[in-house]
Amino acid sequence: MMEHDRANVSLARRAYAIRRNALLMGEVQGQGYIGQALGVADVLAVSYFHALNYRADDPEWEGRDRFLLSIGHYAIALYAAMIEAGILPDTEIETYGMDDSRMPMSGMAAYTPGMEITGGSLGHGLGIAVGMALGLKRKNNPAFVYNMLSDGELGEGSTWEAVMSAVQWKLDNLIAIVDFNDQQADGKTTAALAQVPEVGRWQGFGWFAQEVDGNDMDAVVAAFDAARAHPDPVPRVIICQTKMCKGVPFLEDREITHFVRVEPDEWARALEILDKGKPDD
Amino acid sequence: MTDASLSRRKSKYRPRTVPVSEDGKKLTTSAMIASLDAEGRDTIAAPFGHALVDLAKSRSDIVGLTADLSKYTDLHVFAKAYPDRFYQMGMAEQVMISAAAGLAREGFTPFATTYAVFASRRAYDFICMAIAEENLPVKIVCALPGLTTGYGPSHQATDDLAIMRAMPNLTVVDPCDAIEIDQATRAIADHPGPVYMRLLRGNVPNVLGEYGYQFKLGQAQMIRDGNDVLFVSTGFMTMRVLDAAKRLQTDGIDCGVLHVPTIKPLDVSTITAEAGKGGRLVVTAENHSITGGLGEAVGAALMRAGVNVPFRQIALPDAFLDAGALPTLHDQYGISVDAVTATVKSWL
Repeated sequence: MMEHDRANVSLARRAYAIRRNALLMGEVQGQGYIGQALGVADVLAVSYFHALNYRADDPEWEGRDRFLLSIGHYAIALYAAMIEAGILPDTEIETYGMDDSRMPMSGMAAYTPGMEITGGSLGHGLGIAVGMALGLKRKNNPAFVYNMLSDGELGEGSTWEAVMSAVQWKLDNLIAIVDFNDQQADGKTTAALAQVPEVGRWQGFGWFAQEVDGNDMDAVVAAFDAARAHPDPVPRVIICQTKMCKGVPFLEDREITHFVRVEPDEWARALEILDKGKPDD
Repeated sequence: MTDASLSRRKSKYRPRTVPVSEDGKKLTTSAMIASLDAEGRDTIAAPFGHALVDLAKSRSDIVGLTADLSKYTDLHVFAKAYPDRFYQMGMAEQVMISAAAGLAREGFTPFATTYAVFASRRAYDFICMAIAEENLPVKIVCALPGLTTGYGPSHQATDDLAIMRAMPNLTVVDPCDAIEIDQATRAIADHPGPVYMRLLRGNVPNVLGEYGYQFKLGQAQMIRDGNDVLFVSTGFMTMRVLDAAKRLQTDGIDCGVLHVPTIKPLDVSTITAEAGKGGRLVVTAENHSITGGLGEAVGAALMRAGVNVPFRQIALPDAFLDAGALPTLHDQYGISVDAVTATVKSWL
């Protein structure tokens, strides 16, 4: 079903390329949500190079799986993935966050090919995903709707309205991906608003729920496969425990990682470390 | 009783003098489901619901959503006719609006209904970012606009026009009567962008029928001409000022009525042209707070255009309003025919 080229490249190599693109974009701005991008790169590699059906040269192809990024600040990560996928040209890396760029700091549908929705105001994505999943069913379109949301976004009540609605409408074409890195603006997510064991509460609402190490490529692949193949008429969620700044150890160790500080000389060092671990194709 | 704490506590309760009807009984709070119908007027049942059903015959893209208020927004008529195109989203306005955005993304034209307070206050961010920012063709149709229920501030959308007017891309419509609701429903379905429409439900008066009126989205229209006063009105206040104009005529006061059903985009050229004719007191009239609604929009438009004319506003006060019976409240807050008539006389 893969519609894109270079399908023989390993997922580990894809994740490396996504991290590298993200670091290059972070360097352009001298800052950014690089911690999230590095952390979620493996999940995005599986999304764009294993799970999703799309055409790189036709981002609005009716048969595509829809990938909705509610967390607008993760745009740097999604741009990095879409550049690797050939949806966006790598020549635009140097425009990230600049005036007139198609890649603004926060993801917006009107700016970027392949960006399905305008994220940023948290708690919107899953509800829009519910509507798109309903719409696809109306059209007998077998595509999936994926919504990538964050652990912090689980604090928004609207997310839980959507959680209930997806069950009510038996949306087996909806797959939520929660990037659980336990970091939000003011600190740990689990210290801000009571977070019960995630799988249990999603199951309690009636979802097919899985929790995986989001930086374990094989585990993520298996979870996506299981989510798509699950036979029951229920929505699916994959809770991905990820490590902020994954792949660049000296950044992983920083305490405040929601908006990670990277000194000018550190970008080259981060790239160097990443390149040393470059996987084979 | 000189207990200071008690008197302080008591002072929190507002004193009320409730009118007594002719048979000696106090009026009771109108139920939320009550229709806004003036006594003795012709009415048409559920004009929005029936118009939508009629539209849906030829428009397979039309779907309906509600947040547990289909019966109270006349959407139940559509739900009965097209059960497979109706989405009961439960008491969850945020996901209703977001899901409507998602359906619009997939090529459908969703009509989403709730009460005006819940759409404008609770779901604002979702309408703004999921729908308006992306200019999606979602039609948000809301009952209980302004002061059309006696339930108190929880259900009185006295601020919705101000809230919705501030939202870029959003077209805002406040129809007057059943005829106009029918026509406006069809017009907004054809409009390619998002729309917020205020709704009168149930048995809705037929007022504009006798004037041969035809709704045109974005256009203000003169319903009657007059040389002394120019009412610039929207929503059901056009009914009220038309009645007031008839009464004032008997006192030799000649009133024109310019009906402005589309609050945004405002038909500035018609409004400034009519007001600019001069020699008339311009009186805006709206079922909305004096803050941020039609009156302030018209006032600003006239000033920008350099039209310097005597200008007054009939509107609800900038306050949380009392609970009570609608006729009582409409008198109390100056939007009944009696009150409008008296107020205009006092200004001349």
